[in-house]
Amino acid sequence: MSVFEGLRFRKVYSPIHSLDPRIKFIYVIVIFVIAIIFWQVIPLLILFFMQLPFVLLARVQKQWLRSLRGAAFLATFIFLLNILATYISSGFVLLAFDFERAFALTLRFVVLVESFSVFFLTTSPDHLGLALEETRVPYEFAFAFTTAVRFVPVLAEEAQTIMDAQKARGLELEKGSLLKRIRNYVPVLIPLIVSAIRRSLELAEAMESRAWGATKKRTNLYSLRLHRGDFALIAIIIGIIIVAAYVYIYFFASIPAITQFLQL
Amino acid sequence: MVITAEDVHFSYPNNVEALKGVSLQIKDGEFVAIMGQNGAGKSTLVKHFNGLLKPSQGSVRVDGVETSKTSVAALARNVGFVFQNPDHQLFSETVEDEIAFALKNFGFEQEVIEKRITWALNLLSLTQYRKTSPFLLSGGERKRVALASVLAWDPQMLILDEPTIGQDHEQKEKLRQFIVQMQTQKKTVVTVTHDVEFVAECNPRVVLMKEGKIVADGPGKIILTNQQLLTESSIVLPQIAQIFTKLTSLGLPKDIIDIYEAKQAILQTKESKRR
Repeated sequence: MSVFEGLRFRKVYSPIHSLDPRIKFIYVIVIFVIAIIFWQVIPLLILFFMQLPFVLLARVQKQWLRSLRGAAFLATFIFLLNILATYISSGFVLLAFDFERAFALTLRFVVLVESFSVFFLTTSPDHLGLALEETRVPYEFAFAFTTAVRFVPVLAEEAQTIMDAQKARGLELEKGSLLKRIRNYVPVLIPLIVSAIRRSLELAEAMESRAWGATKKRTNLYSLRLHRGDFALIAIIIGIIIVAAYVYIYFFASIPAITQFLQL
Repeated sequence: MVITAEDVHFSYPNNVEALKGVSLQIKDGEFVAIMGQNGAGKSTLVKHFNGLLKPSQGSVRVDGVETSKTSVAALARNVGFVFQNPDHQLFSETVEDEIAFALKNFGFEQEVIEKRITWALNLLSLTQYRKTSPFLLSGGERKRVALASVLAWDPQMLILDEPTIGQDHEQKEKLRQFIVQMQTQKKTVVTVTHDVEFVAECNPRVVLMKEGKIVADGPGKIILTNQQLLTESSIVLPQIAQIFTKLTSLGLPKDIIDIYEAKQAILQTKESKRR
């Protein structure tokens, strides 16, 4: 469940928290796209370390590390799978470069996780909803989206309680063959789904009793406006795009591999 | 079934320290009510008794066995745990299957399972719902199904997390009688509850917790009549105790929480006044 911990917003005041969520989202998307375009270790490492100032400025190091730890299992899996795939497809030969490529692909995944983690750790669901509304997404959809985001940690907590309750009735999740293990999760999934549905019905009733949707034209107490920090971030984003595009057009083929440095 | 907790510390992954050095021993056939305000660490403590949580420091032993070295499933055979919210465990198509779930996990024979189901349904007045889906039942009934599904394997010790929520008076009274019955069978019952009146009626050993520590431990009669102690834990005195603490000027005793005792005390004082 630690992956969810890494996505959970906590109210802290920092320059990163007060940035406009729309700009932050564009930043994440830009990082995302660049990480997909480049497959070499060096640019991905640069992308990885580029997030650190944001994490430190936002003072979310602990939660951020936790989300990375949560992603460690999947990252290891990606690494091993890549090694295995190249090993088989290359006729059972492994070069040092193959390791580097598997590492790069793993790093790409880590970069995606870390940037999204920074985004969700520093953006409150309210802010997110506001951002959606101001980009002309109908309020109903924006609301549904923010509610979904907000309920992810709640659901994760609930899943933990349900697992405890079933373990207390003698359920052993890690026992048996693979198929049996999957089936072991039925007693966890059903209560989770049922209570999510029940919760949503209750939420709907509670909202309706508080006159949700009574006025067609809603106004907001807060509105999003770009501040100095946002313009700074926009400048950074543009800088990143220019550098990335430049490198991509002129040097893409000649980005050195780490193994070349080490003369392997 | 003896439970010994020694200097138990526990922190959740988010670094909240829920238990800060709890030492407690619960003996065979005892009935213990763990009380205290929200966030005092009550639920965290009882989750240590069947190994769902392992102490980060200190030790919890169940019949001499360290919980950190045993699986929950092995401990659960002897320590039944009924969770507060029945919706966290109900998943079967019928009430009958729901009760059979744990029995199957523990490897009971089919015939025994049938018998146990009948017994448990009867005990909690659920017999007519045997083939009903648990999701169609009312909140109170679902709670009883959850209880039945644990009682069915007849554990030596029973942990009840908020058992009286959503139950009408009749069901509460049945629960009380059932607990008394368990005690006569030398079985241990531990309950986490905010229901002062229910505790007063049962008069168990009360363990009062606050901020991850035990602040008081003793007979219900003594703890539930200690105004200062209870106020510090945001607990209101049982109604009878409230009346009696206000009537001490009439020569009535202070430590009364039970209706029967209250009646005796009033009659006695009346007698002595007449003389």
